[in-house]
Amino acid sequence: MSLTITPGATESKSIGLREAWGEQLVALGNDYANLVVLDGDLANSTKADLFAAAHPGHFFEMGIAEQNMLGVAAGLATTGYVPWISTFAAFVAKRALDQIRVVIAQPSLNVKMCGAYSGILTSKTGKTHQSVEDLAVFRAMPHVVTIAPADAIELQAAMTAMMEDDRPTYLRVTRDATPVIFADDYRFEFGKARLLRKGTDVGLISTGVQTVRALEAANMLATEGVSVAVLHVPTLKPLDVDAICEVAAMTGAIVTAEDHSIIGGLGSAVAETLSEHLPTRMRRVGWQDTYGESGPNDALLEKYGLTGRHVANAGLEILALKAPSEALAE
Amino acid sequence: MSMIEFRSKPNTATTELERLSSRARQLILETVHHAGAGHVGGPLSVTDILVNLYFNRLRIDPEQPGDPGRDRCILSKGHSSIALYTVLALRGYLPVEELATFDAIDSRLQGHPDLRALPGLDMSTGSLGQGLSPGIGMALGARLSKLDFHTWVILGDGEIQEGQIWEAAFVAHRYRLNNLTAIVDYNRLPQFGWPDASGFTRDEPIDDPGGKFAAFGWNVIEVNGHDHEALTGAFDAATAHEDGPTVIVAHTVKGKGISFMEGDYNWHATAPNAEQLAAAVAELEGARS
Repeated sequence: MSLTITPGATESKSIGLREAWGEQLVALGNDYANLVVLDGDLANSTKADLFAAAHPGHFFEMGIAEQNMLGVAAGLATTGYVPWISTFAAFVAKRALDQIRVVIAQPSLNVKMCGAYSGILTSKTGKTHQSVEDLAVFRAMPHVVTIAPADAIELQAAMTAMMEDDRPTYLRVTRDATPVIFADDYRFEFGKARLLRKGTDVGLISTGVQTVRALEAANMLATEGVSVAVLHVPTLKPLDVDAICEVAAMTGAIVTAEDHSIIGGLGSAVAETLSEHLPTRMRRVGWQDTYGESGPNDALLEKYGLTGRHVANAGLEILALKAPSEALAE
Repeated sequence: MSMIEFRSKPNTATTELERLSSRARQLILETVHHAGAGHVGGPLSVTDILVNLYFNRLRIDPEQPGDPGRDRCILSKGHSSIALYTVLALRGYLPVEELATFDAIDSRLQGHPDLRALPGLDMSTGSLGQGLSPGIGMALGARLSKLDFHTWVILGDGEIQEGQIWEAAFVAHRYRLNNLTAIVDYNRLPQFGWPDASGFTRDEPIDDPGGKFAAFGWNVIEVNGHDHEALTGAFDAATAHEDGPTVIVAHTVKGKGISFMEGDYNWHATAPNAEQLAAAVAELEGARS
């Protein structure tokens, strides 16, 4: 086996991801004179306001006009600047999509498209602001690197790596505080998945903040005597095909977990990969082809089937489908 | 709004600009005939604008297409690409013979301009209404880098129906971008048209574009888009304007220069056959002699 465990956090704490994003923009702005931020009148929500205060000359308010904002970013990119976009995932992935396609993705211009308030946890704003399909949209676009970090440590490490990379990139940013799972010295690598736990019965493959719930699920399953592997996939594109196949080979049963539609996101990416390389029984935990609604976080996760318990139950379900001899042998 | 008559001392003689325009029109028609398909009416209406920009205005060097200090030019109405390729060829960015590859597989001359395909292009365009926004980005980039280049964006009158144009118009004024000029190729003839009291009309895609830009705070200049002296004067005035962006509403004729194409929507995107090409070239040559 070539996959090794990525070291976890040494202490238990939660850090707000949008705060981590804003603070890292400020830090990167100190190091890179060509970093600029374009905002769609949401800086105090996304926390780009921290950058606006620290680097006012490199902050450009674009107003509530996302199509123009993405086009302006393309123009700035041709003059040597690296624009970072501050708006919500729901808007950047759809409202300005043709602009992204024609003037950013097709000419492969270096624009960092950040989707704040991604997934279902959007502070009670409801379905208009919940992005159920952003990963599917960007993963389907040639040239666009697609990243969904699990915690503040990985988010900031990814941002640092993005400044050293010249590809157009979509970065998914969750709004709320999330438990830290990676050690402080974590180094982000494009296209590299992270094994967080070894196991032989079921493999949980997760992306974004759902990796926190996949780890919860692994703990629940362990108390039932199930040996669980957890693989975190921060970049949906490029995808770590080898790591996914290795976890499938290790376990023979896969559950994917994502705060996103099961259509087009991680679940699809893993299914596509395994059906070509190593057909493996799967369950996909995520939004089941539906839009969301307003509500408290816990209630949303429960209703839409995104809790750790949902992931664990999917694990038990797929385990029961394994051939009896296979299950007994273990 | 009444039209302003500009007169100035051009850097390239007006007679030479007129000769280049005629030559460009002939190459456009020959190329589209050769390709067997392509837009004709729009390229002919924007020809004089492009010739004047590339031969009399833009601070550019075909040997240094990536020079950070160069003036930028975005053809937002990307379906008139053949006019841009032709003018770039005449200006020395590519061999004139390469025009024969227009629209062919593996060609640098894509149906719509591809930033990565051909040096000399400043932005990919084709999906309408998108060109002004990157122009704002370039103008902001110039300001931030303390470079004095000017950015020109050529818009079709049809594509300014797109909402993004007005998002951009608002923001360009908000940042008082006096290093940005938009030119509207106001040929008044869209691909299809609108229902009206008489049943159907093609005239015009949008009424009074200058008035609309003025309402967004832009400096507005109306000009005859086929009069090189007037265009030169308008470009002088646009670059001299200090308080924000300028739009030049260039009154043009779709299919300009060929009597049987002028103002006829059937020539929006129709390749001339051999007979029609010969007649068109004869007209152009007759006017040149």
